[in-house]
Amino acid sequence: MMASSYSAKDEDGHITVSGPGGGTLRNKKPENTAFKQQRLPAWQPILTAGTVLPAFFIIGLIFIPIGIGLYVTSNNIKEFEIDYTGDDTSSPCYNCAQNFSWNNTKSCTCIIPFQLDQPYESNVFMYYGLSNFYQNHRRYVKSRDDSQLNGNIDSLKKPSKECEPYASVDNKPIAPCGAIANSMFNDTLKLFYNDPNGTSVPILLTSTGIAWWTDKHVKFRNPGGNNANLTAVFQGTVKPVNWHRPVYELDTDPENNGFINEDFIVWMRTAALPTFRKLYRIIQKNNNMAPTLPRGNYTLVVDYNYPVRSFEGRKRMILSTISWMGGKNPFLGIAYITVGSVCFFLGVVLLVIHHKYGNRNNSANISN
Amino acid sequence: MCVCEERRVRANDREYNEKFQYASNCIMTSKYNIITFLPVNLFEQFQEVANTYFLFLLILQLIPQISSLSWFTTIVPLALVLSITAVKDATDDYFRHKSDNQVNNRQSQVLIRGSLQNEKWMNVRVGDIIKLENNQFVAADLLLLSSTEPHGLCYIETAELDGETNMKVRQSVSVTSELGDPNNLASFDGEVVCEPPNNKLDRFSGTLYWREKKYSLTNQNMLLRGCVLRNTEACYGLVIFAGPDTKLMQNSGRTKFKRTSIDRLMNTLVLWIFGFLVCMGMILAVGNAGWEKEVGSLFQSYLAWDTPVNNFLFSAFLSFWSYVIILNTVVPISLYVSVEVIRLGHSYFINWDQQMFCSQCNTAAEARTTTLNEELGQVEYIFSDKTGTLTQNIMTFNKCSINGQSYGKDTHTTCRLDFTPFNPLADPDFCFYDDKLLESVKVGDSCTHEFFRLLSLCHTVMSEEKSEGELVYKAQSPDEGALVTAARNFGFVFRSRTPGTITTTEMGRTVTYSLLAILDFNNIRKRMSVIVRNPEGRIRLYCKGADTVLLERLHPCNQEVMSITSDHLNEYATDGLRTLALAYRDLSEDEWEAWSESHRFADKATDCREDRLAAAYEEIEQNMMLLGATAIEDKLQEGVPETIAVLSLANIKIWVLTGDKQETAVNIGYSCKMLTDDMTEVFIISGHTVQSVRQELRSALLMWALFVFLSRRARERMIELSRRRGGGVGKQLHGSPPPPPLPLSNLMDNISGEFALVINGHSLAHALEADMEAEFVSTACACKAVICCRVTPLQKAQVVELIKKHKKAVTLAIGDGANDISMIKSAHIGVGISGQEGIQAVLASDYSFSQFRFLQRLLLVHGRWSYLRMCRFLCYFFYKNFAFTMVHFWFGFFCGFSAQTVYDQYFITLFNIVYTSLPVLAMGIFDQDVPDHRSLEYPKLYEPGQLNLLFNKREFFICIAQGIYTSVVLFFVPYAVLSNATQSNGVPLADYQTFAVTTATALVIVVSVQIVLDTGFWTVFNHVFVWGSLGSYFIIMFALHSQTLFRIFPNQFHFVGSAQSTLLQPVVWLTIALATAICIVPVLAFRFLKLDLKPQLSDTVRYTQLVRQKRRKPPEGRLGARGGSRRSGYAFAHQEGFGELITSGKNMRLSSLALASFASRHSSSWIDTLRRKKHTHTPPSTSGECSPETNQIK
Repeated sequence: MMASSYSAKDEDGHITVSGPGGGTLRNKKPENTAFKQQRLPAWQPILTAGTVLPAFFIIGLIFIPIGIGLYVTSNNIKEFEIDYTGDDTSSPCYNCAQNFSWNNTKSCTCIIPFQLDQPYESNVFMYYGLSNFYQNHRRYVKSRDDSQLNGNIDSLKKPSKECEPYASVDNKPIAPCGAIANSMFNDTLKLFYNDPNGTSVPILLTSTGIAWWTDKHVKFRNPGGNNANLTAVFQGTVKPVNWHRPVYELDTDPENNGFINEDFIVWMRTAALPTFRKLYRIIQKNNNMAPTLPRGNYTLVVDYNYPVRSFEGRKRMILSTISWMGGKNPFLGIAYITVGSVCFFLGVVLLVIHHKYGNRNNSANISN
Repeated sequence: MCVCEERRVRANDREYNEKFQYASNCIMTSKYNIITFLPVNLFEQFQEVANTYFLFLLILQLIPQISSLSWFTTIVPLALVLSITAVKDATDDYFRHKSDNQVNNRQSQVLIRGSLQNEKWMNVRVGDIIKLENNQFVAADLLLLSSTEPHGLCYIETAELDGETNMKVRQSVSVTSELGDPNNLASFDGEVVCEPPNNKLDRFSGTLYWREKKYSLTNQNMLLRGCVLRNTEACYGLVIFAGPDTKLMQNSGRTKFKRTSIDRLMNTLVLWIFGFLVCMGMILAVGNAGWEKEVGSLFQSYLAWDTPVNNFLFSAFLSFWSYVIILNTVVPISLYVSVEVIRLGHSYFINWDQQMFCSQCNTAAEARTTTLNEELGQVEYIFSDKTGTLTQNIMTFNKCSINGQSYGKDTHTTCRLDFTPFNPLADPDFCFYDDKLLESVKVGDSCTHEFFRLLSLCHTVMSEEKSEGELVYKAQSPDEGALVTAARNFGFVFRSRTPGTITTTEMGRTVTYSLLAILDFNNIRKRMSVIVRNPEGRIRLYCKGADTVLLERLHPCNQEVMSITSDHLNEYATDGLRTLALAYRDLSEDEWEAWSESHRFADKATDCREDRLAAAYEEIEQNMMLLGATAIEDKLQEGVPETIAVLSLANIKIWVLTGDKQETAVNIGYSCKMLTDDMTEVFIISGHTVQSVRQELRSALLMWALFVFLSRRARERMIELSRRRGGGVGKQLHGSPPPPPLPLSNLMDNISGEFALVINGHSLAHALEADMEAEFVSTACACKAVICCRVTPLQKAQVVELIKKHKKAVTLAIGDGANDISMIKSAHIGVGISGQEGIQAVLASDYSFSQFRFLQRLLLVHGRWSYLRMCRFLCYFFYKNFAFTMVHFWFGFFCGFSAQTVYDQYFITLFNIVYTSLPVLAMGIFDQDVPDHRSLEYPKLYEPGQLNLLFNKREFFICIAQGIYTSVVLFFVPYAVLSNATQSNGVPLADYQTFAVTTATALVIVVSVQIVLDTGFWTVFNHVFVWGSLGSYFIIMFALHSQTLFRIFPNQFHFVGSAQSTLLQPVVWLTIALATAICIVPVLAFRFLKLDLKPQLSDTVRYTQLVRQKRRKPPEGRLGARGGSRRSGYAFAHQEGFGELITSGKNMRLSSLALASFASRHSSSWIDTLRRKKHTHTPPSTSGECSPETNQIK
């Protein structure tokens, strides 16, 4: 290996210089183009008081009204939350939480009364919330087979390795495989309105329209198309270990059964943070005059299936109305108001500093 | 068989020589061929630490328990980097192959079986006899067997080998030189036994065995590969070393790889970042252990541990590696590639710069190294050669003083004289501007005639007359050439010479003088004389020499002329001209006879010949009549004084290192304004002993310290005075403005003195010794200008090394000759002037151009910009990657330290190579803070580079801090907003994919806004890249999240639909805007404050500074203000020994041959050769350039 500074070309180079008749001399003058001479026309912005200070004021002036708007909107949103984990002995769900075991096929029911102080207008959204549940753990997040969920027959029979150790039981593939599916939330929540005259009216909970459109229509598909006999398609697979029912019995509605069951889809969209809420049901507004949920007493009936006490998790039920900007979110408004004020304040401070100490002979000298 | 001890070569016997398996003459500088390219190149690339590190990461990622990222997030950038480098290597190697082929396929004539045949160079074997013709390259290292010239002599030019442009003589062993023609040579079967291949260019030892006789061989018999045969019709040689064994190839070692200080800093920082990475990994691993113990173990019903993991400690161990993988983007692999790309771009800008193009020599500036550009913006010391670098090495006859009358005016005032009507033999290139002198010649003024007669007779120039009237002078030194040419134009034309005669044409009349003696020049005598007999039989001695020695030897009657002439001499010297005084003496026949006898006696003496000759010369060079004086301009290159002034305003210290004599060097120092008459003191160190040098250095330092002390005291008192006076005035005149501060500062500036140091080569040798170097450095650095004269090439390098060692400053060496190579190589940056002296210096250099004045543009414009751009690039790059990566760290606390990434893996893959690479590259290549002419106008703008202000550890930490701050904002703002937010249809926004898209978009927008803030020069490229990158982010994201891709690879594109459902939400955009504002507003405020209150780099303040500087620029034209000390700038640049050659007739034959070399200052070696042949007992003397021995003999 001869890596050397010597280059035979250099040896050559000289003779063309000193030797007679080195050929016609090529003009080596570099081209006079704006690019090569670094004279490209250019915009050269400079941070001056004239540009920076107005920018601060403008940011302040834009952010503060937005913040106020957001804050007001957020305050108009009504939200109601019940923790039904059953940690407390006083809690109606205490017994269910205590007596839980995975083998229990019969579900335990607990009844939680609550009261709404204000009427909830327009559509009301019902969420379940979990705390200290690490849906964002790396091993959890990757433990799924999107190909299987997309209806691929091969993946149905032979789930991806990512699903381990929830890929198969006794050499039979699990459908849907993986830790996410296995841990699907399976409490059933029902809501009753206690009429002032003593009757308990069940409230109609819509279970569709709670998932992303792309999830429902693109990402999740039943194997063999939508109209196939799901029982037959899932023949040869087993249900996830923790599940009580196989995937093809999640719902009676064929449009909401199997992999395209929306509760399942919602669960499969993993949360970013260990405390999260997921949309459970929608209470549609059906009467233009009456509020969707009038003031009064309600009862939440929970089929308690989902154990969270082992890892100190919490379970909540949340009722919320929404606005154009979504649900209740006081932080955004406050943050905007704060940032806007800080900018405005900074603008004032900088203005003062600039006038007192600033280098003001800038422009005078530069023109010279 | 052992061949390592010696080499045996038998002529014309291929079978015999093949036994030893000597290397063939095929050279291969290429590294690869088609088959080996991939493995070898990959192997080489993986020797780079960075590449190996990424390979290691890649392997880690293949372990499923660790892999926190898909394999492609690392392999795509790595493959990109590797392939870019591979393509570059491949092109380089392709060109090497091409040039190898070209060289290997050159034809040479080889004697095979008694007849000459054409063979390719690569087929030449050791032991072959090859024939070389004039101007051919020597194909291999040959033993010269015979030549067409008498005595087996031949001439070679070794410029390619050692850079010396003069010709050298080689002679064959006498027995072989008789062989002559090919027929005899075919039967030559001598055997050479010699040393094995080595890289010593000036040594060879071997023995030729032929016909039972031994002949010893030396370097004098060798023709080395790389030389060119000159002035010799043809010669024959025996191949001794071929191909890689040749001395040329043995000498071409791997060049020392130069690194810039930013490189070194970058490597340190990268190491620190690795440390930081490990720390982060540790913290997160500890967190993981805690989490798995406290939470994860309980959470197992939903999330079982991976199979090999059975306790939390093992899990923490794996998590450490997982985090190393995802946090590795703090040291992005693209950093190194981007830096290379930027430097390459800057190099092209240097190559393309029209203002560094010299139209006379048709050469553009060339960045021969592409890795040093930003260091050009940090230079503090420039070491410059003089001849050919500061000066053009062209001497012009500028003024003269004849018999008390001075001739010659400023070149601008009158038009150039036209000599042709008066003198058909005149040299058309000669310029003179004073017609009075020509008038004086025409009217026949005897002094003027004698003056030019002297110039036409007293010299050692050779003439060549190709056709009638077409005279070419071959002068040993350019000054002599200038003088003889001046005489020629004024009608005293030197035509030809023989050992005993000189023929001239005087005013159109041919005259032949008989040359009786040449009293040669040497360093001590500082003069030369000739003794001639004119056709009328009168004997006259003509003498020219340094005024200091000549004026002492005049006849007393010259007093009056002498005083006028010495006034003129002073005047010339202050103009920086090189002067000679001229005188003659009439000798009677008797005097001549007597002296001739004593001279002959001295000449024949065997001991102390030199001394005796000098004494004899001294004896006759007395009582001379002064004719006048000449002044020769050592023409400075265009713009040298201005360049030096600008560079020193930029706080760059310039040292001139020259082989010239002290007087010449000091003269040049004055003429290029390095030394000025305003200087407080010019220290001259010229001691010969350690003690004296030390003493001189100490007293200089002491003087300097004393002066500084005094001036500081004076300054303090001045300030105090002015304060007191100002206060008093204020009391008396209420509200009147205080006295303007300008006069005070002016006074202060005048007090701070300027010093210069001139040191001689022999003193330098002592000063460079270990115990004195610190003293030398402190003295030299206290001075504004340093001139080292009579230094050897080695000393030049030593001086550079000294400063590198003691000063931690960036050094630049600039030179044009082979003697500058050592310093060019040892300085941080070497610049070669592509001038007349060969291309060796250029080949060794990192940058080359043809005019010294381009240096200011190279440093102040290109270097400054490069530094600025590189610093801005690095700051932004580190900021960007910390902002990008540290988000994972914060997320770790919320995802059970599981090494879950925040972003989509495609985003991680593409962030550095697509979404953010081009805007910062565009900034790194095109950014400018001030236009080029401004940075030349205000050299002070250069200072931040010297002080390392734009990118240092502090700046780095600021960038990192800003990056970490940004990452905090980028994580916690979406966290706070999204954790409770829902879409407008009630679906929560806190799902992982929405969070990922929001954070990623916010990140891309924030870093884009940041680059918008950082970019100071928005060319069309910046616009295209910035907006294009932003656009490409959205386009690529929508594509990756599209249904089409998901349908094809459902397992690869999990994020289907995320982009649209996220980015359609107003809350998401509000979040992004909020995060951007929180990230950018503090930066904006901080930058504004910095610019408004402490505008260090602001152009405006620099402008005011420079206005002040301009005002106190010293008034021009203080010439002649110096009194007292007289500088003698006598002009003799050549060595002694020529007179002898001429009179002995030795070089008469050479006159038509090798005279070109006389012009070179390095011409001593072949003369030495001839002289050594004459006095074989004299030890090989050191070449005349710097010979302390001669000085010490006296």
